[in-house]
Amino acid sequence: MIAVKTEKLRHVYSPQTPFEKVAVDDFSLEIEEGEFVGVIGHTGSGKSTFIQHLNGLMKPTSGKVFIHGRDMWADPKKIREFRFMVGLVFQYPEYQLFEETVEKDIAFGPTNMGLSAAEISDRVRTAAEFVGLAPEVMQKSPFELSGGQKRRVAIAGVLAMQPKVLILDEPTAGLDPKGREQIFSQISEYHKKTSSTVLLVSHSMEDVARHAKKVLVVNDSKLFAFGTVNEVFARTEELTAMGLSVPQVTKIFTELKRRGFDVADNIFTVEQAKTELLRLLGKAGGNNA
Amino acid sequence: MLKDITIGQYFPGESAIHRLDPRMKLIMTTIYIVALFVANNVGGLLVCVAIGLAGYLISGISLSMVKKSLKPIMPIIIFTAVLNMIFVDGKPIFEFWIIKATYEGLQLAVLMVIRIVCLIAGSSLLTYTTSPIALTDAVERLFDPLKKFNMPVHELAMMMTIALRFIPTLIEETDKIMSAQKARGADMESGTIIDRARALIPILIPLFVSSFRRADELALAMECRCYHGGEGRTRMKQLKYTGNDFVALAVLVMVLALVIAMNLILPSMY
Repeated sequence: MIAVKTEKLRHVYSPQTPFEKVAVDDFSLEIEEGEFVGVIGHTGSGKSTFIQHLNGLMKPTSGKVFIHGRDMWADPKKIREFRFMVGLVFQYPEYQLFEETVEKDIAFGPTNMGLSAAEISDRVRTAAEFVGLAPEVMQKSPFELSGGQKRRVAIAGVLAMQPKVLILDEPTAGLDPKGREQIFSQISEYHKKTSSTVLLVSHSMEDVARHAKKVLVVNDSKLFAFGTVNEVFARTEELTAMGLSVPQVTKIFTELKRRGFDVADNIFTVEQAKTELLRLLGKAGGNNA
Repeated sequence: MLKDITIGQYFPGESAIHRLDPRMKLIMTTIYIVALFVANNVGGLLVCVAIGLAGYLISGISLSMVKKSLKPIMPIIIFTAVLNMIFVDGKPIFEFWIIKATYEGLQLAVLMVIRIVCLIAGSSLLTYTTSPIALTDAVERLFDPLKKFNMPVHELAMMMTIALRFIPTLIEETDKIMSAQKARGADMESGTIIDRARALIPILIPLFVSSFRRADELALAMECRCYHGGEGRTRMKQLKYTGNDFVALAVLVMVLALVIAMNLILPSMY
């Protein structure tokens, strides 16, 4: 089943003025249901514009968007249905909190969906558990919380809508390493438990390599590449040329291979590197003996 | 949608008008507005229209920008014109029930429309050709003498600068928060007036919170750079009048004189 499909998607800002700018140029792609896709690209490459098309916040200048086979703009009046199907967590989402209590804020999305009170409270509880919010936090004002906790409340607010497709725009920007790790593992868990499709925008190649199965590279308003982590990070030189990079550990292994060591060049995470190094050392030790 | 607002927009350029001293431009705009209101006949207004057009030609700013800046006040212009047509006594053009349009009213309506259009176009030319910073600087310097009467001139100018600086930031922020709430299913386009007003709460509260946060950060940043008010503060850019400034002033004074002369020669239209 195809979860997200775009057909020659194109978006032009301020058309027919001196400020005209093509932000998304002819994106055609298909994302399978249940896939975890990392989205990488420069600031201003058009990736934010692209993801805002996937839940109907932006209307394509031309081209089409399909979510689970349905044409998004076939009937503009039904656009809200797509916003509930595709949950979008913006960058620094804690700035959107507004309710008196954490509980009410998380309930904002589900309430807009018109669900029953029982269903809403059930979803709020599940979403809060997912992001690791303690029950005593629920009655506090979101403005009393720490930055990291606010971020969780905001993410829970989107998770509570139980979207089929979840898009996160740099969900860990500005958090400390521990906070990053927690948020990522919670997103991974959500992905596994609900088998939803996840798109993760990140500037950290390490995070993308560790969590995503596929990578989508946007460069200069164009879809540069869309493939598995192996396929995309194998194009190290092209990625470096456009100012992006590959995970640090991949660089080390590329260099090791260049210097004549017999290592695999598809190493993208520290765990993979550890296994590969142990294999190499084991082999080397065997030779010596 | 919010990005289309053009009021107070500055278009950098190198024309003679761009290079005039901002204080002089402020004085000239004031004279222009006075002239517009002094003029009580078509002759005087035509002089004002001509000098306004000349200003736009010299500045190199396209007249389509005037059309854009007039758009938001179109309802006021139409309203004024219609009221003038109906409520001025004289020879009737047509009568309908208790509504009576008159020739005299029509004349006055045309006069009023020209006046409002010139007013907007003239003051827009000031902001199109002067950066907001230069403008507040000019305000501070022009009102400098009021400091003797304990008017906080510097503080007011600083407040203006900060307000102008943060308008685009807040517009961007509003856009972002609106998108975020729409992504959570907020519905701002349908329902009764009360529903729509209520739909603004999720936008206004985060906006207020972040404005206060920004104000706090800004105050701290200013203190870190030892800001302590206008006392003893020197300027990097010194304003100086040049020959061109006095020529421009002379032109505007001539316009005012011409308008007054027209008033004396031609019959008033009131």
